[in-house]
Amino acid sequence: MWYFVSPQIVFGEGALDALDEIHGQRALLVTDPTLIQVGLVDKVTTHLHKAGLTYRVFDAVEPDPSIETVLSGARLALVYAPDWIIAVGGGSVMDAAKAIWVLYERPDLEPADINPMVELNLRRKARLITIPTTSGTGAEVTWAIVLTDTAEHRKLSLGNRENIADLAIVDPAMVMGMPPRLTADTGLDALTHAVEGYTCTWHTDLTDGLCLEAAKKIFTYLPCAVADGSDMEARERLHNAATAAGLGFGNSLASMAHATGHALGAVFHIPHGRAVGLLLPYTIEYIAAEAPERFADMARYLGLGCDDEREAAFSLAAGIRRLCESVGNPTSIAGLGIARETFIAHIDDLMERAFNDASMMTAARSPDYDDLQRLFEYAYDGKRIDF
Amino acid sequence: MTAIKFPSDEWIKQLSQHLNNSPSYEQSARNWEGDFIFIIEPDEAYPETAYLYLGLYHGKSPDAMQIGSVDEKEAGYVISAPFSSWRKVIEGKLDPIQGMMTRRLKLQGDMKMIMRYPKAAKEIIACTKLIPTDFGD
Repeated sequence: MWYFVSPQIVFGEGALDALDEIHGQRALLVTDPTLIQVGLVDKVTTHLHKAGLTYRVFDAVEPDPSIETVLSGARLALVYAPDWIIAVGGGSVMDAAKAIWVLYERPDLEPADINPMVELNLRRKARLITIPTTSGTGAEVTWAIVLTDTAEHRKLSLGNRENIADLAIVDPAMVMGMPPRLTADTGLDALTHAVEGYTCTWHTDLTDGLCLEAAKKIFTYLPCAVADGSDMEARERLHNAATAAGLGFGNSLASMAHATGHALGAVFHIPHGRAVGLLLPYTIEYIAAEAPERFADMARYLGLGCDDEREAAFSLAAGIRRLCESVGNPTSIAGLGIARETFIAHIDDLMERAFNDASMMTAARSPDYDDLQRLFEYAYDGKRIDF
Repeated sequence: MTAIKFPSDEWIKQLSQHLNNSPSYEQSARNWEGDFIFIIEPDEAYPETAYLYLGLYHGKSPDAMQIGSVDEKEAGYVISAPFSSWRKVIEGKLDPIQGMMTRRLKLQGDMKMIMRYPKAAKEIIACTKLIPTDFGD
């Protein structure tokens, strides 16, 4: 028994028009200052005017949003009493908006109480709309919430199936202005979702197809979108693929590239997509040494495979490295500009974080401490995993 | 080796012993503090309620026993499920974290602490598989 949860999704050119038809009085827009500055929030508020809604903007969401930020947003919501919460942004904004929504509906809860075991009874005060401004996170269609506990210097993986958005609006107009580096990093995040959603031990019949097709589209369209940001077809297909990958991994789970990537990102302040995309080929090679089948399947679907299961799995890893290189992303930790002595000084912290990341539990091959340390060392040097 | 009846005092003591012999568990749970009571609820395959206590502290299992009721020992975590669900967990057919997420296994205790020790949870399940188990078939 398992669940497949999804918002209603409006996608493609003109998808923002769906906002014209929402009914209500007040909306709380959750976003960040940059998105206001570049005019993306205006694209949304234009439609809210048409729908006859008044709105207030909470623009204090920072990258890796803190508990304090969402508590502040929830306080504003309790005063303003919106009937819609609208997230306009990337993963951080959408995660913050989900938490703000839950705490607005349930002010009796602490953020850390938002877990899959409790009944939240949401949608008594408001509903949630997510509008992604990057093509990668998938947070518009997942129920996961990642917040930062600044007091304990750690991330909290939260979420409950009920806090899935009611409506996700996936409009390529919201990503047309993304710079190439952000396009590459977020696109590799989406690819990692697709690969891990398909190959983790929690994969499902309902998510497999989404993950395979998302991966294929990302391989095809990510280089085009990075090379020419005005390529409307590439932007739209990549945007759709990121949402499909979000549905895929959001209804199965992420795995070892996310566990190690979260650690790398947290310790060395590397953008999430760059970190997980870099480590993905290494984790594929490590897991495929014992459990190559799912990776081989995906490699063959992408036209990268051969008959031999392990070689096909390794060809998937090689293909991902080539894709990283083609969009200008590093394929080793050294390539991130981290000095060897700095890396060595932090390896215990890396290990501790990766080992205890919830995504680690779905790896088809579970590393011990020695293996995990070697994997990080190989990734530093850019060496293919051979153990 | 003779199969050990589940649930029973002998079975939970075997699990405790395997945990104490597992370097992987010791390493992954070295900061863990919190004992468990597993409640095995009756269903069509098993007619009674049983309670198994598993002490866990800093990568070791200091004690384990079958108890007569949930009040007999103090534990930070209580997980309850029908016998058939426990059987699926032990046989590797139901991931315990997925079981808790779908509420087939009901947890009383701090879920976010458990989610901070996924490797330790996996090691406990790995140790249950080392026990030749008699489910009374």
